[in-house]
Formats: sequence, structure tokens, C-alpha cells
Amino acid sequence: MLYNEPSPLEVKVLTRRFAPAGPASLDTYLSTDGYAAFRKALAMQPGEIIEEVKASNLRGRGGAGFPTGMKWGFVPRSSPQPKYIVANGDESEPGTCKDRLLMENDPHQLIEGMMIAGLAVDAHAGYIYVRGEFRYLIEIVDRAIDEARQRGYLGKNILGSSFDFDVHTHTGAGAYECGEESALLESLEGKRGIPRIRPPFPAVVGAFQCPTVLNNVETFCAVPAILRDGGAAFAALGTPRNGGTRLFCLSGHVNRPGVYELPMGFNLLRMIEEVGGGVRGGKKLKAVIPGGSSCPVLKADECDLAMDFDTLAKAKSMLGSGGVVVMDEDTCMVQAALRIMRFYAHESCGWCVPCREGTLWLRKLLARFHEGQGTPTDIDLIGDLARNMLGRTFCPLGDAAAMPTIAFVEKFRDEFEAHLEGRSCPHG
Amino acid sequence: MTFSPALEAHFERFLQSCPPGRQRSALVPMLLYAQDETGSVTPELVEEISRRLALAPVEVDEVVTYYSMLRKKPMGKYHIQVCTNISCLLTGGQQLWEHACRKLGIGNKEVTPDGLFSLEEVECIGACSWAPALQVNYDFHHEVTPEALDRLIDTLRELR
Repeated sequence: MLYNEPSPLEVKVLTRRFAPAGPASLDTYLSTDGYAAFRKALAMQPGEIIEEVKASNLRGRGGAGFPTGMKWGFVPRSSPQPKYIVANGDESEPGTCKDRLLMENDPHQLIEGMMIAGLAVDAHAGYIYVRGEFRYLIEIVDRAIDEARQRGYLGKNILGSSFDFDVHTHTGAGAYECGEESALLESLEGKRGIPRIRPPFPAVVGAFQCPTVLNNVETFCAVPAILRDGGAAFAALGTPRNGGTRLFCLSGHVNRPGVYELPMGFNLLRMIEEVGGGVRGGKKLKAVIPGGSSCPVLKADECDLAMDFDTLAKAKSMLGSGGVVVMDEDTCMVQAALRIMRFYAHESCGWCVPCREGTLWLRKLLARFHEGQGTPTDIDLIGDLARNMLGRTFCPLGDAAAMPTIAFVEKFRDEFEAHLEGRSCPHG
Repeated sequence: MTFSPALEAHFERFLQSCPPGRQRSALVPMLLYAQDETGSVTPELVEEISRRLALAPVEVDEVVTYYSMLRKKPMGKYHIQVCTNISCLLTGGQQLWEHACRKLGIGNKEVTPDGLFSLEEVECIGACSWAPALQVNYDFHHEVTPEALDRLIDTLRELR
């Protein structure tokens, strides 16, 4: 299903089969170049497949933006161990709702992307880890898997090629932390989702202690188009080193919130104005979280920039997972910071003390502020606490909680001061 | 413990998807799907699943306590999960949550006396562009106003 009207500014590569009718069936998929990329990849050497993905400048869509081809290249193809392909569909980053649409509307595209990864690294099994709340997606993807098996696109000797590959869905059961790659692997193995120490990275020691390609759902979904039309064509859609399109999830105070597929490097202000129809109620823009709640907030005057990984890094934020949260002039930034910290305090797995204790302490401080009980020294304490969490945890959740908090305090100090000593929130 | 044939079929699928000797991999899916049938993760369920996967009950229990969807007490027939995270907060999710509490006369993770409804304030459920959003059991409801929530609750009450 489609949950919002498309925008004429979209460039539909991954979403081109999205239709109101629901999930694309295998027949629909086949009649629109489905599995053509896999057929092409069958005739290629594994190294050639990886080179094509490298040429596409595809970077991980889960948030970190690591070059996908390079990641695949780290897998020791000649290892005698089995290798695995794992798709991360744990989509839990506040502001992000795109992988859901990809699994719902075009499940075969995801399966095909994983099959191509299987060819590239000599893997014969794949897992799609889907967050527990997305039960309907497991049903949709399972039906697609069954369809593909029945028609010989999954299983033994696929299309007479002697290549074997099978895919399984795997449900989570409620844990943001399981979107972190190593915690996801623990969960996949039937354990608590706590992060693993790295190195070794999953490419070498991943699922079931075997070499593993682990990518976000959207990343795998880009692979069929890359193999079909060539890596260079995909790269050309975006900006240098940031290939292709991505699904941006516009939410918050815009007239037309929705998920839109736009070229990498699309200007953020233009996205809000022309794709999102501008700020709701004719109000002024105050701030934008550009890539999900882990990404440092941008003030309105910092938003005239190209939405790609490198430009956002230069702006001391992140492109993240594509969740663009728009906040108007009446938004209380203390309340926004508090709500986000409540989330991290709830989701911290407790494995690393700086994250477990830091998120709780920050939540309490921010709550005190929002109730008007903050003191002037608390403002600096919030920043100090957050800075002391940075880089001191096994997984990025600690940083993900600290970085946006530092930005909220630094960029909106005046709003924190306005809450001091019994004064009620100026935004009500 | 005995389960429905449908649940046993799910278990079979989970176990078959595990690599050889890795049947523990089926643990989280088995727990969640079993809970859907039994209403909560009871000590008997922990015992049964630990037996099937050749684990100690404590190894199952430590997994149960980690995942927020797994619970030891049953919720209502209709478990209403209201998101109040950032995108929902900006579009009325907090007011929606407070409205739901008033309407049903219960708080977070509480159940109405007739066992029909329960409420939970949840973290982001991945419906940010169609906020504010909630789930009733596994079903999504997008762009929910307090009035729409009233109608939804009334409809569910009639269905029972």
C-alpha cells in the first residue's frame, strides 16, 4: 500500500514497483525486469559483482554510510566455513519508516539483492531480521519467499545454475538495540541483543560465528538496479561518493509528510518546501533532525545543504537512516531533547556503563529542566555528561544518545536558559 | 503443553530455518509466536520451550526479560500501543496517549477490568511519516486523532 501521495520530484528506482494494489507478486516482478539482475550476476565472476557495487558508490542505508562494495569485499570468500547474508529490517530509529515500505511493496527486490550478495561471497543462506512489531511484513515476505521457492528462484540449483540459495525471515521481539549489527546477530542466534566487541567484524565473524554480509534492507534493495543498469548509472544519480537515490522519510511539522525517493544530495530546504509542501500552518522553520533521532539537530539557517553523507558530516551531523524530522518555531527543544533521551534510556541494553548510566542521568536532568527545576550549572553538566559518553561504549548507541544532546544544548542554549528556576516552558 | 497446529507449523518453520546444530536460533520467534497464543510468557511456556531447544530454563528466561514485546503478564484482548516518540510527539502523539488513558481509565501497561483493552506507551513503531500512530496488537493505525481513537475503541468494544 501507499500511505502518502508520491511527489513529482521523486526519482523512482527502488520504489518503481510500489502500487496501491499491495505487494508486487512474482509475476509482476518478473514482468518488470525482476530477477534479470540475478541472471546477469550468474554470468559474472564474484569479483566483478563486487566491483560493480563499488562503482555504484552505494553506501549503507542503515545509517553509517559505509561503502557496500567494500564491505562485501571484506568477506573471506575462500573460507571453508558457510557464509551468510543478513538483511537488517529492524527499522527502529525514531523518524525512520522506509524499510517497512520496501518489504511491504516489493519483497522480491530484497530477496534478489540478497541472492546477488550470495553469489558475490559464496553464501547459500540468508536471513531477513524484521522487528517484532512488523508481523504483517513477515507474512508478506514469507509469501514472497514461498512463491520464489515454488518457481525455482530460491532453493537448490536455481534456474539450472547449480547455485543454491535460500532465505528465511526472523522476527525480533522489541529492542532498538537489535538494529545494531552485532546485537542483531546475537538476537538471530537466540540470545539477548547485546553488542559484540569488534574486531572481528561480521564480514569475518558474523552470524553463527561465520563470515557474513550484513546490510540494511534498503541497501540490498538497491543492488538489483545496480547490477541491471550498471554501477556507473546508479552512481550518476547521486553526488560524488554518494551514489543513487534514497528513501527520505519526511515527518513532523510539514504539510505533506511522507516517504519519498529522491537523489542523494537533494537540497534539504527544497525537500521541506517543494516535496513536503513547506512548514505546516505557515509557521517558520526552527530546526531539522536530518537522519533519525541519533543525528545532531540542524538549526533552520544550517539547512541549506545537500543531503548526502559527506555534506552532513561536514555540517557536524549525519545523514543517518533518512528520517528527516521537521520542527517549527513553536517546538520546545528541551522537550524534544527529553523525549529523545527517554527513548535512549529505555533502549540502552545496559551492557556498557557509560551508556546505561549516562542515558538515565541525562533523562533525569532533561526532565528536571522541562519541569522548570533546572539550575544554570545543569546546562553545562548535560553537555559534560554527554561528551563523557562519546566513544566509550561497545556499540554506537551511547554516541547516538550523546551526540544529539550535545547539539541541542549547544545550538539552543537560550531555550534551556528560558526554562531555568521555576519558569514554565515558553512553548506551553 | 500443547499448542495449536498453526503454532506448531510456525515452530517447524523456525526450526527448519536454523543452520544445523543451531536450533537455539529459533528461540525469540518461538517465544513471540507462542505468547500470541498463550497471552503471556508463563513459567510453563519457558519450561516447554527450554525443553524443546535443549536449553536451561534460565537461558530462556534471560532472553524473555530482554525483549520489550515479551511479557510475563497478559495484556488485554486489544493491546493498544501508542507511540509518543519524536515524530508522533510533534503531531499530537502525547495528547493522543493522554486521551487514551482517560478514555479507558487505565495507565501504561494496565488492563481494563473486563480484560478487553490494555494500553502501552511505546517507542517509535516506524510510522513517523503518518504520525501520530498506534498499533492495536499487530495492526497499524496512522494519523490517529482523539476522535478516531474513540471510534476505534467503540468498534472494538462492539466486536468484543
